[in-house]
Amino acid sequence: MASDTLVERAQGLAGDAQSLSQDLELLARDVADQAAQQAAGGGDDTTVLVMGLTVFVLAVFVGYHVVWRVTPALHSPLMSVTNAISSVIIVGALIAAGTGGYGFSEIMGFLAVVLASVNIFGGFLVTQRMLSMFKRKQK
Amino acid sequence: MDQNIATLFYLVASVCFILALRGLSHPETSRAGNRYGMAGMAIAVVATLAVLPEINYVLILGGIVIGGAIGTIIAQRIVMTALPQLVAAFHSLVGLAAVLVAAAAFYNPAAYGIGVSGDIKTASLIEMSIGTAIGAITFTGSVIAFAKLQALMSGKPIVFPMQHWLNLGLGILTVVLVIWLCVSEADAAFWLIVVVALLLGVLIIIPIGGADMPVVISMLNSYSGWAAAGIGFTLQNNLLIVAGALVGSSGAILSYIMCKGMNRSFISVILGGFGGETAGPAGDQGDRIHREGAAEDAAFMMSNAERVIIVPGYGFAVAQAQHALREMADLLKAKGVDVKYAIHPVAGRMPGHMNVLLAEANVPYDEVFEMDEINTEFAEADVAFVIGANDVTNPAAKTDKSSPIFGMPVLDVEKAQQVFVVKRSMASGYAGVDNPLFYMDQTMMLLADAKKMCESIVKALE
Repeated sequence: MASDTLVERAQGLAGDAQSLSQDLELLARDVADQAAQQAAGGGDDTTVLVMGLTVFVLAVFVGYHVVWRVTPALHSPLMSVTNAISSVIIVGALIAAGTGGYGFSEIMGFLAVVLASVNIFGGFLVTQRMLSMFKRKQK
Repeated sequence: MDQNIATLFYLVASVCFILALRGLSHPETSRAGNRYGMAGMAIAVVATLAVLPEINYVLILGGIVIGGAIGTIIAQRIVMTALPQLVAAFHSLVGLAAVLVAAAAFYNPAAYGIGVSGDIKTASLIEMSIGTAIGAITFTGSVIAFAKLQALMSGKPIVFPMQHWLNLGLGILTVVLVIWLCVSEADAAFWLIVVVALLLGVLIIIPIGGADMPVVISMLNSYSGWAAAGIGFTLQNNLLIVAGALVGSSGAILSYIMCKGMNRSFISVILGGFGGETAGPAGDQGDRIHREGAAEDAAFMMSNAERVIIVPGYGFAVAQAQHALREMADLLKAKGVDVKYAIHPVAGRMPGHMNVLLAEANVPYDEVFEMDEINTEFAEADVAFVIGANDVTNPAAKTDKSSPIFGMPVLDVEKAQQVFVVKRSMASGYAGVDNPLFYMDQTMMLLADAKKMCESIVKALE
């Protein structure tokens, strides 16, 4: 009779496994639903603003800690390199200039691309020029 | 390219920008840092172009080539003494670009996915107006700072009655205009915000005197970052927000360091009126006597000294004396003299300006010291050689409570056995304050142009 109980137990186990897999499937569906809802919610005004603020505040903290470690001797290069970095505003200008049309927005975008490019090239190159001059004592 | 992949590339670019600033913690790592910055920018531009549905190569490549060529030429030609002006000019471009991008977004919001013309999301409109206003203030403020630094206009503060009330009124007017813009989305409201902010930029900077220029230029650095962040919020672009926040906090920290170097509160700098002829001389100048010397005296004293500390200031930059000074220091070192340089945080017209000029003249950076590192060493120095610096060496800042610069941290040059001061005339310094150092027993004045004096000393040493 030992084989009978073994079969029964095996059947019971198979039943358990089946219900477990059904549970898992439900769970997966739930997760997918939630993800979809969140993705849809991503377009929401306030969510975007809150996400932006989160990024902003964290970046201010990172900036604060990194900049305090900059040696005072390199404060001028720091200024010129941050100036070049702030010209990343070119990203917005490219979107405006690149629509394919030639309207008012495109002209505004084009001018902004020119100005930001002056800054990017000028800023990084003048920083490079400055930094290449800082040398250690030769012995 | 998928927008999500582009966003990941933006993340990489943000990390590159952080590494760029991180690299500046030491001269050894700084050059790699700058390359990270360039890489980050390249990644950002390419990722943006890759997600554009359609690329107008004429406008985009044309713009980059024109701007890039101008920027490259400027970067190669600029003389290092003109760095403060250059940085001010660059700040103005960021400000103007922010205004232009905001205008583009206002007239074609669909391109940025923030609504359709006439029905832009309110949050986007508010963010847009903040970005625009800060951008416009940065633009005109930097133009005025440029004009003052380039001596196109007087460095004297321009003050008139009710000035601060006018600024406050314009600030309130801006808020009203932003509300109007959100309610009506009228073109006129947008452009009025621009005009008022442009005016505000001029009014904020004109009362600030030349002596406070290091603060002004750091402050505008900060503004240009906040403008970029404001545009980042408008366009819902995290890269712009991160870069703007990094630059904004960097400029704010520099402003704080500069204010501390002058013992002035940020508010009092902003309110302006300091520097130039308005500040009265401290105490009675009476008929105190100063001693004048010649290049030969300085050459003799310094070649017989063991330790010489050189204190450069703005006059040294104006005279382009860095190469002549280095030559003088080299001759002294050949004679076995220990030569060091002491830099005050606000020496010059922008943070770190003196360090760049000395580096340009091939002075090794490990001979150049910050005020806190070297101030105790003046007592053991045989000669302090002050060249083109004035207010940052004024002992009255430590002792005379009636002095306008009382409390400002200064270099203890008067503790050296012998002090030489190279100066064009006996006129008071930028803060308009008389300097008792010039009348002390151990002080000898070398009244000449800084470069010519260094050359004469070099001749006498040879």
